[in-house]
Amino acid sequence: MQILLSYAPAYPEMLLAVGAMVLLMIGAFSDDNAHTGAFVSWLAVALMLAAGGLILMQPEGTQHPFEQAFVVDQFARFMKLLILGGSAVAMILSFDFLRNKGLLKFEYPILLMLATIGMMMMVSANDLISLYLGLELQSLSLYVLASFQRENVRSSEAGLKYFVLGALSSGMLLYGASLVYGFAGTTGFSEIANVAKAQSGAANIGLIVGLVFMLVGLAFKISAVPFHMWTPDVYQGAPTPVTALFAAAPKLAAMGLLMRVLGGAFPGLEQQWQQVIWFIAIASMLLGAFAAIGQTNIKRLMAYSSIGHVGFALVGLAAGTQEGAQGVLVYLLIYLVMTLGTFACILAMRRGDEMIEDIDQLAGLAQNNLMMAFILGMLMFSLAGIPPLAGFWAKVYVFWPAVQAGLYPLAVIGVIASVIGAYYYLRIVKIMFFDEPREKFVPISANLGFVMGAALIFIFAFALPQLGGPIIDAASAAAKSLRL
Amino acid sequence: MDIGLGHYLTVAACLFTLGIFGIFLNRKNVIVILMSVELMLLAVNINLVAFSYFLNDLTGQVFALFILTVAAAEAAIGLAIIVVYYRNRGSIDVDDINMMKG
Repeated sequence: MQILLSYAPAYPEMLLAVGAMVLLMIGAFSDDNAHTGAFVSWLAVALMLAAGGLILMQPEGTQHPFEQAFVVDQFARFMKLLILGGSAVAMILSFDFLRNKGLLKFEYPILLMLATIGMMMMVSANDLISLYLGLELQSLSLYVLASFQRENVRSSEAGLKYFVLGALSSGMLLYGASLVYGFAGTTGFSEIANVAKAQSGAANIGLIVGLVFMLVGLAFKISAVPFHMWTPDVYQGAPTPVTALFAAAPKLAAMGLLMRVLGGAFPGLEQQWQQVIWFIAIASMLLGAFAAIGQTNIKRLMAYSSIGHVGFALVGLAAGTQEGAQGVLVYLLIYLVMTLGTFACILAMRRGDEMIEDIDQLAGLAQNNLMMAFILGMLMFSLAGIPPLAGFWAKVYVFWPAVQAGLYPLAVIGVIASVIGAYYYLRIVKIMFFDEPREKFVPISANLGFVMGAALIFIFAFALPQLGGPIIDAASAAAKSLRL
Repeated sequence: MDIGLGHYLTVAACLFTLGIFGIFLNRKNVIVILMSVELMLLAVNINLVAFSYFLNDLTGQVFALFILTVAAAEAAIGLAIIVVYYRNRGSIDVDDINMMKG
């Protein structure tokens, strides 16, 4: 009994893990049809919401269950709520697509749940071993999800590419982890932090090499330049609801893990990792701005857009201050909402059974479906960072700490990149509102409409103190517990 | 000559480099990529076990056991994806994996 109580901080993960097993049994012993799939999927959504409720009920403060291998603090709780929200909404977005393609099987929600558990473990990792296990649980589930549409050659190619590059990045991360273990003599983050602080610069060369390898592995996972090359192909090839998931929850989890590793294990090497973050932030922002300009496929465009947004979020991390970390968390939350809203619109682009992915096919959407054109237009404005929408405030919250920390070049390049990036977002608005109308899309289903509406309200209401205030407070408390 | 930690680390670094080059220089077959990935993971295991021995600390060996287990799962999933891909495309040549570009 005592032992069971000591695991209390990990109850949300345990609930999801046991729930995934139960759902697997329900799926395995029922008839294999779309009805079972829909039932299991809604149960999965309910379990994720229940896990979110458990997190909200947890007492404040920091706990270290499992012999310090796991840490549950305000930061972990904040990130876990975002991850659970992202996964649950991605599941809700999936129903129409999956039913339409005959893919509404019970394996899908179970894989999604297992990936979610992996992501939650990632942001709670306090040891190299738990970091690796969380990361792999997430990655292995996502490889399968990417190739879930298995009769489709693009989907299986996306899965194959994601697998090869994901395995490569895991290998890099592990090699770094092995060096860190060897030169610090321990796998626990807090002990590593002590060793890194105690030794002076040159004595730490082994640790620094290990840290760089780990950063490379993590940069792959957050798809930061120069380790982004898998992103456009995987986003384009994977089934659209899976792409929506990829752009949302795993990216947040990997950012959370990056912040956890840098803030938890390597605060003593801040000068070393700041340079790396500085470089990949600039490269990601610029590539995200330029490479998206020529794209014709909207999923590919969103891939480059997400690379750019990761760059913006990293600006806050490069500042290396508590305000910077708070900015990153606010940015991630707003990015999550904008991305899911945009993917709800992309999933609504359907004629008959055919999913439309060409940007040109959005032409004249305003005359066919003004509401959808308005929502997608506003989301594009928000992604471009135009005030007073949420995307603008997100950028303010990451650029301001960077300016305060004296990183003027970074902030200036960031603003230039977001101006360039605004071109391709606004081009979509222009196509929707001013071009000759094409054939109509099918009417929007309730699930997609709900997500679109919620995203629209959020990006408008974020500037209000009633919504923005509590979010900023929560992000600030989370950043404080990270002690970056 | 005594064999020390440095020798083990050198062997592991060589294996790891071979694994990375195997992934990037290989133009023939996806299975070779899978083998290269395994090579990288084995290099990591050599590192961990060598460190564990010379530090007199068991954690590294526990870590190595976890990596072995996960590597098995990873290989299984990789092979499954390759089978699915082969059914669709009729080939697993690296040069043929080019449906999407840009």
